[in-house]
Amino acid sequence: MMKSVYIVDGRRTAFLKSGKPGYFYASDLAVNAGRALLKSLPITASDIDEVILGCAMPTEIEANIARIAALRLGCKESTPAYTVHRNCASGMQALDGAFEDIKLGRHNLILAGGTEVMSRAPVMFNEKMVCFLADLAGAKTFGKKLKVMMRFKFSFLKPIIALLCGLTDPINGLSMGQTAENVAQKFKISRQEMDEFSVESHQRLAKAYTEKNMGEVVPLYDDKGKLFESDTGLRPDSSVEKLGKLKPFFDKKFGDVTPGNSSQVTDGSALLLLASAEAVKRHNLPVIAKVIDIEWAGCDPAFMGLGPVYASTPLLKRNNLTLNDIDYWEINEAFAAQVLGCVKAWENDEFCRKELGLEKAFGSINRAKLNVDGGAIALGHPIGASGARIVLHLSKVLRRNNARFGVATICIGGGQGGAVLIENVDRVGAE
Amino acid sequence: MYKNFSLTVDQDNILWIIFDKQNETVNSFSRDVLEEFNLVLDDVVARDDIVGVVIRSGKAKGFIAGADIKQLSGFTDVHDAVAFIRYGQVLFDRLQNLRLPTVALIEGFCMGGGLEMSLACRYRVARDTDDTKIGLPEVMLGIHPGWGGTVRLPLLIGAPMAMDLMLSGRSISAKAAKKMGVVDAAVPARECEKAARYYILKRPSAHYPGVLGSLTNSFLVRPILGNILRKKVSAKASPNHYPAPFAMIDNWVRHGVSNHDEAMITEANSIGELLLTPTPKNLIRVFNLSEKMKGLAKDVSFKPKHIHVIGAGVMGGDIAIWCALRGMTVTLEDREAKFLSASLVRAQLLFKKKLKDRMKVRMAMDRLIPDVAGDGAKKADVIIEAIFENLEAKQHLFQRLEKEARPDAVLASNTSSIPLDEISVAMTSPERLVGIHFFNPVDKMPLVEVVKSDKTNPEVVKKALAFVVKISRQPIEVKSSPGFLVNRVLTPYLMESMALLEEGVPASVIDKVAVKFGMPMGPVELADTVGLDICLSVAKNLSKYHHSTIPERLVQMVEAGQLGRKSGHGFYMYKNGKRVKEKLKTTPTLDAETIEHRLIGRMLNEAVACLREHVIDDQDLLDAGMIFGTGFAPFTGGPLNYARTVGVDKIIAWLRELEIRYGERFTPDAGWSEL
Repeated sequence: MMKSVYIVDGRRTAFLKSGKPGYFYASDLAVNAGRALLKSLPITASDIDEVILGCAMPTEIEANIARIAALRLGCKESTPAYTVHRNCASGMQALDGAFEDIKLGRHNLILAGGTEVMSRAPVMFNEKMVCFLADLAGAKTFGKKLKVMMRFKFSFLKPIIALLCGLTDPINGLSMGQTAENVAQKFKISRQEMDEFSVESHQRLAKAYTEKNMGEVVPLYDDKGKLFESDTGLRPDSSVEKLGKLKPFFDKKFGDVTPGNSSQVTDGSALLLLASAEAVKRHNLPVIAKVIDIEWAGCDPAFMGLGPVYASTPLLKRNNLTLNDIDYWEINEAFAAQVLGCVKAWENDEFCRKELGLEKAFGSINRAKLNVDGGAIALGHPIGASGARIVLHLSKVLRRNNARFGVATICIGGGQGGAVLIENVDRVGAE
Repeated sequence: MYKNFSLTVDQDNILWIIFDKQNETVNSFSRDVLEEFNLVLDDVVARDDIVGVVIRSGKAKGFIAGADIKQLSGFTDVHDAVAFIRYGQVLFDRLQNLRLPTVALIEGFCMGGGLEMSLACRYRVARDTDDTKIGLPEVMLGIHPGWGGTVRLPLLIGAPMAMDLMLSGRSISAKAAKKMGVVDAAVPARECEKAARYYILKRPSAHYPGVLGSLTNSFLVRPILGNILRKKVSAKASPNHYPAPFAMIDNWVRHGVSNHDEAMITEANSIGELLLTPTPKNLIRVFNLSEKMKGLAKDVSFKPKHIHVIGAGVMGGDIAIWCALRGMTVTLEDREAKFLSASLVRAQLLFKKKLKDRMKVRMAMDRLIPDVAGDGAKKADVIIEAIFENLEAKQHLFQRLEKEARPDAVLASNTSSIPLDEISVAMTSPERLVGIHFFNPVDKMPLVEVVKSDKTNPEVVKKALAFVVKISRQPIEVKSSPGFLVNRVLTPYLMESMALLEEGVPASVIDKVAVKFGMPMGPVELADTVGLDICLSVAKNLSKYHHSTIPERLVQMVEAGQLGRKSGHGFYMYKNGKRVKEKLKTTPTLDAETIEHRLIGRMLNEAVACLREHVIDDQDLLDAGMIFGTGFAPFTGGPLNYARTVGVDKIIAWLRELEIRYGERFTPDAGWSEL
């Protein structure tokens, strides 16, 4: 008998737009989110059975970040922890790991989510420089060292920027932005549509903050005492005119995808506490949602932005639900073009027949149900954390609107999609 | 069979002497232990089957704490004292002169006589863990090392480092000791035995301070270095109050360390004389009092782990920071996130200073959790309120806390001026409220007043005491009466200094008298440092209850924004937080003795009043409170001890005389008759 899985609560840090490496390491952010979550609950870290974190670009000093965060949070040394990498869905994969472990009865209380500090993605020496340094270290006499040094060229200093490598598909060589251009072209999504969607993302997030609907956001303090209370990438004054002035970034000359209608490169962490019914009762924990099901799917890497469609469709069908049964959607905003593409794909008879094996178009998603408090275009996409962030926020949206079902879904670089189906419940059911 | 030692020989024929003092939790050298160690050495000399000796501790905690303090403070005759010292010296000389290689395996603290014994071994191996502390802290007790420490340490590592260690009395880590050459190796626990074996079996040459290091002990260098050292020590302590460090320097300059026997006998005679002076007796008493304070909550099983502090101002923030430093999980609450910034920055600074290690700093920062939502109040073991001094605000807060807190949580206020009963009238269970009053700056002031009212449940008081001890502070239990103990006794002294100022006595003259008496800082400078606004509010609060007058000038200065050190302008001028020295223009109008009697007399009189009013019941703890809370001249043993030393009748006579000249603020308190 499989056990039910509940979301007790969650927190995320304020998301910080990346520039130079910031003060925070990925484990710092996870600890900030985690300790704020724990302090609000009637448990201590030592009650946790397992910690799972997603992180796609860990720094060189943070092997297995989940274990670092677990111990820093005060979890027992005997509590296991692991870190997962599923690219842009690493945080969602962590939730799935927790989902499986609770379902199978391995653990009862699991801290899961993701953390990413994209500003600390390594900048590395290129291969020529590495060989040069190796030869230099191998040269034993001064004369030999001098001889090696004579070979030095300035081109050796050209760095490899891991962040850019990570955002490039390793199979087809396309940058993530170029895959979004593919989606835009396929479904004839205009620059105007993308920019309008993006402006709305900023406006919705700004409104959510004003109306105090972002209670899961934990403020961050750096070592100088500087306080970050909300997402630093938010531009409440964004407008279609302003975004219209930006130049395409990926297809430099003729493209439509700009930094303004793409998600931001950002540092952040989101953590959720998942529990079995038994743990909820034992510790007298609150419940904000029940995780019903999770699905993963693959697709053409050149159209990775459509991943949510491939993952969500079988998820709904398996649970005998239609698009209309879902009250609220979180489709992670990697690119405006890609979110709009997902919506259009489901409205497209031919696509649904050919790609999803349906008889006709699956249906429409009203924009009023989709990313109601903005998304990654406004607040950023720390790739290890986003998958957990959208599940957490979706559960808050369902509760706030007294709604029932929600799907949080995310596209994954390399051509995959992940989707989580949750239900708004405030107590555990009978097992 | 020995009572305090056990001997085993291992497969390499190394003799391991395990020191495990009978009926004690830590090892120390008392007369009987020394005598038995002498027998152990007889045993060692008689054996021809061993290749070396390792001495280690059989205790769970520490190597050797030093000489037995009780025995040290008990001498009434110089000859007895010198004889006791000489016995230890000769014994350690015997250890040094063994033909076999010897290793002191230092696991945990190794202080005073313990280190002196180790110095008599050929090698020293220290376990590199946080609890290993190595030092010669004798000066802190008003004496100096007596079992060859002042001779062997300069010889081993050179005079500058050795003198610095002995004059400051500070203890150092295993790593630092290795760097200085005090120990030959600092190794993790897993390597301790291997390292000890290595030194016995390989017999490398013993540590040598190098040519330069050795030269520092030569007769040419000693007088020059001696002058520098004297100057350095004079800046911190006066030879009249603390003769020991000066004696140590003089002995070394005069006799050096190369003629071993002469230097040892000089050391023994010098410490013999010191042991008979009042300073070590008083300082040893103070040491025992601090141990007594630490033991106040011995039988309480309360083990707090989570502390919730409300109010992230200077006091609240620093209390939270201190608790996090001491291993507590701390939630720090204030109304808005931005109010927490300053505390988190201060935390970084203090943790870096105290913990050094980057990862330990990070763990401490992780334990200090910003909590605008106030979630911590529902979970904490101890809740400390440190918001602004407003009765209504505090009443509201404790109404909330009473509902939210766990039933077994301690509810404490850090108020310095509002009586507990006035706050607790708003509570349904007033017996839950206790005061935990810290002093500023929290990281430097060891004293904490645990404040109780008639309503406070004694169990709650016990828990509060246990909490204070747990975070390595020293508690005293006081009654919730205005000013509690420390501020109450200190305020008349500060007010008297201001009266003197108004009479035209220059600030520097007043302060000089107080410092000469033995206070760490004069009252005028102290007022400037505490902040004149704070002094004024304390004085106002006390005057409500004691009908004392508030100096006009203080009010004016506070109104003019002259708040002391923090505003750059107080009774003195300050530049970048440092006092600007001014030249004296006028000649003092009052003799130093009268100034001293006025300042100290008022403090003593108030201390006696506190005792009479049962603000505190334990006379010893009153002394300890004033020493640890205000730095009251420690070598005097505290105000009451000082009064007794001078003679109660004599003090009353001063006060009467002053009463005639200056009025009833000097009227001897009724409590004097009971002292």
